[in-house]
Amino acid sequence: MRFLFKTDYEDDIRLFPHSGYVVSYGILLAFLVIAPFVLSSYLVSQLVFVCIYATVGVGLMILTGFTGQASLGHAAFLAIGAYTAAYLQQYNVPFPVYFLAGGLLTGVVGALVGFPALRLTGIYLVIATISFAFIVEEVLARWESVTHGNEGMRVKTLSLFGQAVPQNGSAFYFLCLGVLILTIVGTLNLLRSPTGRAFVAIRDSETAARSMGVNVSLYKVKSFAISAAITGLAGVLFAHKLSFISPEMFTLQLSIEFIIVILIGGTFSLHGAVLGAIFLVMIDPFLTYLKDDLPGIIAGIFATFGADSVTASKIHSNVAAIASANGLKGAIYGVIIVLFVLFEPLGLYGRWLKIKLFFQLFPLCKRATFKRQKIYVKSERNR
Amino acid sequence: MLDFVQQLVSGIALGCVYGLIALGFVLVYKATEVVNFAQGDLMMLGGFFAFTFIGMLGLNYWLGFAGAVAAMALFGMLAERVVVRPILGYPQFSIIMATIGLGYFLRSVVGMIWGTDDFKIDTPFSDGVLRIGSLVLAYDKLSVIAATIILCALLYLFFNRTTLGTAMRASSENMLAAYYMGIPVKRVVSIVWAISAAVATAAGVLLAPITFIHSNVGLVLGLKAFPAAVLGGFGSIPGAVVGGVLIGVIESMAGFYLPQGWKDVAPYIVLLVVLLLKPEGLFGIHTRKKV
Repeated sequence: MRFLFKTDYEDDIRLFPHSGYVVSYGILLAFLVIAPFVLSSYLVSQLVFVCIYATVGVGLMILTGFTGQASLGHAAFLAIGAYTAAYLQQYNVPFPVYFLAGGLLTGVVGALVGFPALRLTGIYLVIATISFAFIVEEVLARWESVTHGNEGMRVKTLSLFGQAVPQNGSAFYFLCLGVLILTIVGTLNLLRSPTGRAFVAIRDSETAARSMGVNVSLYKVKSFAISAAITGLAGVLFAHKLSFISPEMFTLQLSIEFIIVILIGGTFSLHGAVLGAIFLVMIDPFLTYLKDDLPGIIAGIFATFGADSVTASKIHSNVAAIASANGLKGAIYGVIIVLFVLFEPLGLYGRWLKIKLFFQLFPLCKRATFKRQKIYVKSERNR
Repeated sequence: MLDFVQQLVSGIALGCVYGLIALGFVLVYKATEVVNFAQGDLMMLGGFFAFTFIGMLGLNYWLGFAGAVAAMALFGMLAERVVVRPILGYPQFSIIMATIGLGYFLRSVVGMIWGTDDFKIDTPFSDGVLRIGSLVLAYDKLSVIAATIILCALLYLFFNRTTLGTAMRASSENMLAAYYMGIPVKRVVSIVWAISAAVATAAGVLLAPITFIHSNVGLVLGLKAFPAAVLGGFGSIPGAVVGGVLIGVIESMAGFYLPQGWKDVAPYIVLLVVLLLKPEGLFGIHTRKKV
């Protein structure tokens, strides 16, 4: 076990506390760089989605994880970014310009949403953001001169400095990865600045933050704006990846998926956003694998334990019927959410920390280290 | 003028539907401070139970209705035991997510069992209309209005006049203190979920002739009932019904008088405006922050 001795504040806020971090992130980066040349094009495409979802996850993490403001309306921010890209692209605006414009516009909209959200907490904030998302969705469907309504909009292939960047190529993957890394580094820097400290203070106790001189309203609006702007940037990439956008892609379902990303990853660290995105995006290939291979595997297991061929084939077809049933994905989503909330509220990253601590302290680790405190007394009505 | 009255009445009927679902939200919130996002899906499941009893097993309508309500009350207790009780006392957001997960699960399981078609239950009020002058009122809509008023009154009396109701309000305000006062908090919460699932079932069965039952009906209506509960001030039983009626009337008026597209958005715009002006809803109690 390594002990870090911190002698001044600079030590405390270092991005890489010790050389181990540099090594492990270096290895990770090396893997990510060689990934598009090794993996199949389908997996690379999924990795692009991981990057986009993780970017949104980082944005949402700033708002929900670090400022403590729940939002079920982030699909709307994504939509605004995506539509800005699609609209400006028609007028041959270069990519860097409309990329930034998408982020900027979404940030402004986010700030505008932040103002009414100032007076709302908890469940009222959730419903306000849902309402906002509904209104945006309806506007996208009705404002036909700009958004082409329900017909949707085609998004042309991205071109950067005169080079075409097709959405299935490795160049696009590197672009998305670059945006994700920049977002993460930017957010880490933000979090160790006074602004980030103010966010965390507001999350932990609004009253305490206010009495320490934090301008709560200002920082809440800032948090909304930054979170929305990052989501808008992701929206531009999202539009290019799908090459076609229409209002029904940006529903409440998508907002819930974003919440699932940070919930499953762990809502207390940026690692969570990335892990959650990997989990959510990779569940699709995994389910396809289940559909194709699981019946054979289970029938094989039964066959080795002495079931005759008729029974085995019956089992095979039964399992296949269940695995390919309509809506199985929804049920699995539901069960995963409930299981995570019940048994692993700190998410995948929390599980990783627990495992790490177990080995660091072996054999002295005790289970109560990560035990949550129940707060029966607090009524959120009086908070 | 006649158009206006006709729209008003159909808006009120629609609003009572929202109000009925919103009642379920409010009940659970009032007693446990848990917001149950799966409320609409409980309603949907109740509708399917009733459909199974009445449409498939051929039971009498009222018998099937009662059977579905009883079955769903048990299911509500089960859901509370499995999903909510382990995380009672943790931050509200976790519980919201857990109920969202429960909703996902119910929707897709119902879709797998009963299929994704629309189903219809034959009720005694299915056909037939009441004519007052040139005003036409369908019996199925009137039945929803009547049921809403009765249920609302019963629940209001229950919460404000009975010992159990008082115990429920006490445990929502401070669970630990209620426990010290000898209130069996766990059982109280369990009963609340049973009642709320039963109310949801009543809503689902009464709705069946109007909207039909399909696996997504809960999501669609739940998302309309939710603003209704918020508009009335989460935690107020008459507020839920008033909020529901307001949303219903706004929706049907916007559908009639405003251009296409406003119908679906108008309730949310009104909701945002109300939240801006009065963040605790129309009937909510404003409480001071304590440090």
